[in-house]
Amino acid sequence: MKQNKFHIGQKSLVKYIYRIIIFMLALSGFAQMPVFKRYYIADIPGLGWLAKFYVTHYIHYLFGLIFIAFIVYIITDFFLISRKKYKLTASGYIRAAIIAGLITSGTILVVKNFPGYHYSPAFIVAMDLIHLGLGCVFLATGLTCMILKLRIISRLVVVNSCSPLARS
Amino acid sequence: MKKKISRRLFLKAGAATACTLAVPNIAPAVSKSDIHNQLSTLIDISKCIGCGACVEACSEVNLKKYPAPRKPFPKMYPKRVPVMDWSDKRDVTDRLTPYNWLFIQSATVEKNGEEIELTIPRRCMHCVNPPCVKLCPWGAARQLENGISRIDPDICLGGSKCKSVCPWKIPERQTGVGLYLDFLPSLGGNGVMYKCDRCYDRIADGKLPACIEVCPENVQTIGPRDEIIKQAHTLAKETNGYIYGEKENGGTNTIYVSPVPFEELNRAIEKGKGKPHLNPVKNVMANANNLGTAMLIAPVAGVVAAVGKMYSMAKTEKEDASDETE
Repeated sequence: MKQNKFHIGQKSLVKYIYRIIIFMLALSGFAQMPVFKRYYIADIPGLGWLAKFYVTHYIHYLFGLIFIAFIVYIITDFFLISRKKYKLTASGYIRAAIIAGLITSGTILVVKNFPGYHYSPAFIVAMDLIHLGLGCVFLATGLTCMILKLRIISRLVVVNSCSPLARS
Repeated sequence: MKKKISRRLFLKAGAATACTLAVPNIAPAVSKSDIHNQLSTLIDISKCIGCGACVEACSEVNLKKYPAPRKPFPKMYPKRVPVMDWSDKRDVTDRLTPYNWLFIQSATVEKNGEEIELTIPRRCMHCVNPPCVKLCPWGAARQLENGISRIDPDICLGGSKCKSVCPWKIPERQTGVGLYLDFLPSLGGNGVMYKCDRCYDRIADGKLPACIEVCPENVQTIGPRDEIIKQAHTLAKETNGYIYGEKENGGTNTIYVSPVPFEELNRAIEKGKGKPHLNPVKNVMANANNLGTAMLIAPVAGVVAAVGKMYSMAKTEKEDASDETE
């Protein structure tokens, strides 16, 4: 009983953390383009920081770091604890693939920003566009799944010897 | 007996082959250059006579790279987006513009109780880790393996982020030119950003940058960064001079040696739009890059948290079981 309550509380906490991370990553990610000042969004009280490139860059890195730790936590947790109870749904697989692409392209761009690292110009342009494109696709997929109430994971149906399904 | 190939085996083999083929193609795209060998210049301020030969040569050699804007310019939305047009002011040489990538700053300072006039050639500092390149959202600004940073006019959209993040605000915008005209000219982009590209094309042909070649006083020396730094220190020691650019923004590839402290020079020069300062500059990319390094340990934190959770659940389960037994 105690464990069940703990598990439910942790599940909703994980959901909220995930949403906050995605929101901050998307906001600071779009702020890498010089659009928030141009379109008056940075003029909204409290959003002035969106026009400060070094601030948004730092915040994007910070939440990127938290996101990587979070995703690794979820994957490890899935394989250690939840794999026998849950399975990834089709939409879950799609979102996982997009996240993998986002983390890979993001990591490549982080490495690029270290002193002395060079990528071919075409590769940088491709990575920038892939990272931005995947970010947009991820948000669109998330929104679609929210509207259609498609979950990332679903509970596995356990068929035991006592169940009517097993007997028939 | 003939071995049957299952679908799973086929997919696994296909994925493995794709990865094997992809890796050699990706690998040449990434390389780590030796920052000690980046191409640097030493500018001996005491030698400069302010003749302007370098400014003229720069304009002459780079004439073909200068913008040729289409007019009238597209109407910009919203109205706050500034139109930057230098096409009718191409003769301006007392500041940086899209048509003038190098200018001479002058300063009247005191040395040993005497008033002296110093002239300083100013252009892009070509940072070792240039924020204009690293933070360009489209990859239009790029750093060559020899350390030169340049902006590709074919893909720059003129968002001016490079100028915002540059500690010296070097790049200058010209509206009415570039890729943005082919997309949403009124709603996104605003031209192309221009700045010194260190005559990268001449260097590729084995020639010197124009400003160095024509200088009658040999104010500038070009070479690998380590050697240039060494020369700068020797010169500063011999002349009781001061160095600027070695540590600024984590290091640049333009090293100035001055007979007077740079604080004094900075006070004396005219600063403002298109006229960069000579202030000390901290490494603007350092904070984010420290976080970038910390990203390496992020996965470890994730694994530790999950293992911790499993341990805590197992403990709770054991406690529940012992409660029930009691």
